[in-house]
Amino acid sequence: MGMVRESQFHVLAVDDSHLDRKMIERLLQKSSCQVTTVDTGSKALEFLGLRESNDPNALETHQQEVEINLIITDYCMPGMTGYDLLKKVKESAAFRSIPVVIMSSENVPARISRCLEEGAEEFFLKPVKLADVTKLKPHMMKTKLKKEGEKPSEEENATLKPEESLVVEMILPLNQELELEQKEPMLSSNKRKAMEEVISADRSRPKYNDITTSA
Amino acid sequence: MELAQMQKSLQDYTKSLFLEGVLDSQFLQLQQLQDESNPDFVSQVVTLFFQDSDRILNDLSLSLDQQVVDFKKVDPHVHQLKGSSSSIGAQRVKNACVVFRSFCEQQNVEACHRCLQQVKQEYYLVKNRLETLFKLEQQIVASGGMIPAMELGF
Repeated sequence: MGMVRESQFHVLAVDDSHLDRKMIERLLQKSSCQVTTVDTGSKALEFLGLRESNDPNALETHQQEVEINLIITDYCMPGMTGYDLLKKVKESAAFRSIPVVIMSSENVPARISRCLEEGAEEFFLKPVKLADVTKLKPHMMKTKLKKEGEKPSEEENATLKPEESLVVEMILPLNQELELEQKEPMLSSNKRKAMEEVISADRSRPKYNDITTSA
Repeated sequence: MELAQMQKSLQDYTKSLFLEGVLDSQFLQLQQLQDESNPDFVSQVVTLFFQDSDRILNDLSLSLDQQVVDFKKVDPHVHQLKGSSSSIGAQRVKNACVVFRSFCEQQNVEACHRCLQQVKQEYYLVKNRLETLFKLEQQIVASGGMIPAMELGF
């Protein structure tokens, strides 16, 4: 009960450079991940089961049962950029919960902010190192935990399961997050998401679903 | 030559490449990714680098020889070469590409020609060095020995 299964994480890696695909594949394998590599954003969407068209009916019928725990993509690619791919994933109801990480050989702060604001969990500067790849585990764990949490045990009350309390602990108090924002342009994970929801004036205050904090 | 001597030669040779700045720590990352399950990883990646670079340098020569140089074509090539050289730790090639790109931005044809020569020079150098390194490794393996792990204490 509440145990995360031992199955490997499956990462979808997207990069138009053959050399970089080989590198990221090996880095991920070395971190015990299962890897699928593709060379374009379109192929990535195809693999996920998303069609290019915005027809919701098409999305329904075309869904594959491929469980992807993380998408890692190069930013600069001909045709669909990594940013375009990120947007499409985050706009899709079926796949927006998949963490997306962007890689780039160029350190452009505006680019980094844009990607993080669009929902990227991390932004890695190339060449990506083993140390970077180890940062991915928590993001992938999140999706597994969520899946465990969504298991049909609706008979139980919405009290905190041990896995969920883990997620809660990762969210910093809001004033601490505001400080972080000013100091570092590059933040990771859901702290960043929580941040942007607070500072965005146009949206109403977000409600955190499925998380009840005990005082 | 004795096995131990060959292994020492390889270590000294590799060390010199780092000291000369021909290779940087990214090359060590590559070596770390090689193991029993992927025993040829480094040479596979380096081979890809050689193939990519040969092609790119050829394309660059052609592009820069045009009557009117299209920098929109030149820059992506240099960007790609910068990326792949950076990925394998070919530091001097990467640095030469950085300089090259700045002249592309300025659309300075003459300077770009000089940069191309510089990049080629650095590329042939690292290619030569890496081929020698792989030969030394092969000799050791052929003599039944193990490739010594690279020590990081320099």
